[in-house]
Amino acid sequence: MYLRDVQRILKAEVLWGEDLLDREVVAGFGCDLISDSLFFATPGTLLLTGLTHPQVVRAAELMEFCGVVFVRGKRPGDGVVDLAREREMPLLLTGYLMFDSCGLLYEAGLRGCRAGEPR
Amino acid sequence: MAEELVLEFEVGGLDFAAVGEASGGVKRALQQVGMGASVVRRAAVCAFEVETNIVIHATRGVVRARISPERVVVEAEDEGPGIRDLELAMREGYSTAPAYIREMGFGAGMGFANMRRCSDSMEVSSEVGKGTRVRLVIEVGKP
Repeated sequence: MYLRDVQRILKAEVLWGEDLLDREVVAGFGCDLISDSLFFATPGTLLLTGLTHPQVVRAAELMEFCGVVFVRGKRPGDGVVDLAREREMPLLLTGYLMFDSCGLLYEAGLRGCRAGEPR
Repeated sequence: MAEELVLEFEVGGLDFAAVGEASGGVKRALQQVGMGASVVRRAAVCAFEVETNIVIHATRGVVRARISPERVVVEAEDEGPGIRDLELAMREGYSTAPAYIREMGFGAGMGFANMRRCSDSMEVSSEVGKGTRVRLVIEVGKP
């Protein structure tokens, strides 16, 4: 799956990274805790989150995620988009809730970082 | 690479806007000296976690990376309240971070678990009312 597919499936607005939508999405991870995303997620992961502060972008860059989707229509401030531009981290915004966002992507074939295995 | 490259970053308590600056610096330096992707990632996560702990809990602190061909050592020293119960602090999901910090997505209680998972050795020492020191070693050439 590619970011372009994510945008289509989640009817998402691209806040930054229009030119990077051909990036491959290796896996998906949804959470509102930064440490959890560092603990469980792997490079190439798409992070779905309701957190909209700049540290999300920094953590995503640190972990080499392929992009970030803000769920529940949570719109970050301009500073976050500026940081994403600087760090080349695509940002998408969807009106779907977390559960539905993850469900729609799963239904379309995307799997989690641990391929659905419980811890 | 020289014998040992040492990087040091000042970290301010409650300076959430700067979280990721120190660990990002550590990561870039490791990439520049040509460390493997796995070592870079593990050291970056270790640095991010110690940096975050300083921001959440301490008044001020330092994150240091000692880089040599054999290993990367991530060190943190802070001035702050210290850790009253180390065993409890190490427990996954346990955190003393206040609610407003959790709302920012920090203080999940996964910091030490993350450090343990990403390092080959972890030493934590703390003095209540003084501060905390953490030393994490990532061996190069270990999976």
